[in-house]
Amino acid sequence: MIDVLYFAWVRERIGFPKERVETTAATVADLVAELKAREPRYEAAFADLTALRVAVDQTLSTFDAPLAGVREVAFFPPMTGG
Amino acid sequence: MSVRVQSALFDIGAETAAFAKGRAGVGAIVTFTGIVRDRASGGLSRMEIEHYPGMTERAIAGIETEAIARWHLIDSLVIHRYGALGVGDPIMMVATAAPHRGDAFAAAEFLMDYLKSRAPFWKKEVAADGAEWVAAKDADEDALRRW
Repeated sequence: MIDVLYFAWVRERIGFPKERVETTAATVADLVAELKAREPRYEAAFADLTALRVAVDQTLSTFDAPLAGVREVAFFPPMTGG
Repeated sequence: MSVRVQSALFDIGAETAAFAKGRAGVGAIVTFTGIVRDRASGGLSRMEIEHYPGMTERAIAGIETEAIARWHLIDSLVIHRYGALGVGDPIMMVATAAPHRGDAFAAAEFLMDYLKSRAPFWKKEVAADGAEWVAAKDADEDALRRW
């Protein structure tokens, strides 16, 4: 089980901030493909991966990152702090 | 080195005074404060700031650790707010303390550049005519390359 978190407009498109996902996905990209196959709202949120960033266990990562042993994956748009 | 992520308003003057107090080796304190700016067209009702609890603190602490490794700094402070803020409200502040001003200025700019695009905050502008997520600017990403 992996906790999947969504922030900003990704959260708005999906409709909630967090869910637990039962998955055997090997990488973040595989997890995205599984989610997109579920419902149109995931398709809408993940339509353009270049517009998204991903954090794996709270560290900025990439879509080819492996998921073995990972507890938390978060998807969000480029950050706008400061 | 400290990080505070909070919804509460902070007092820039009081924070700066507390940060500067009683530091024998410090010859320079630099502070930067980010303020909620109205849209060019006006009419901003509020700025909503979302963040990623847990990762935010880790990411900022990592950026501060890097600043302390790169410049001769005695201390640093980052305060960043989240929640609904009004026009003119302080959003965040950075303070650096160093023996000399060159290190204090450079480290403060470095911290700001990294906070803009590597700390997990997202800003949404809310107005009577609608709400819009603030888009990241290419210039902010480019700013990281100089470091």
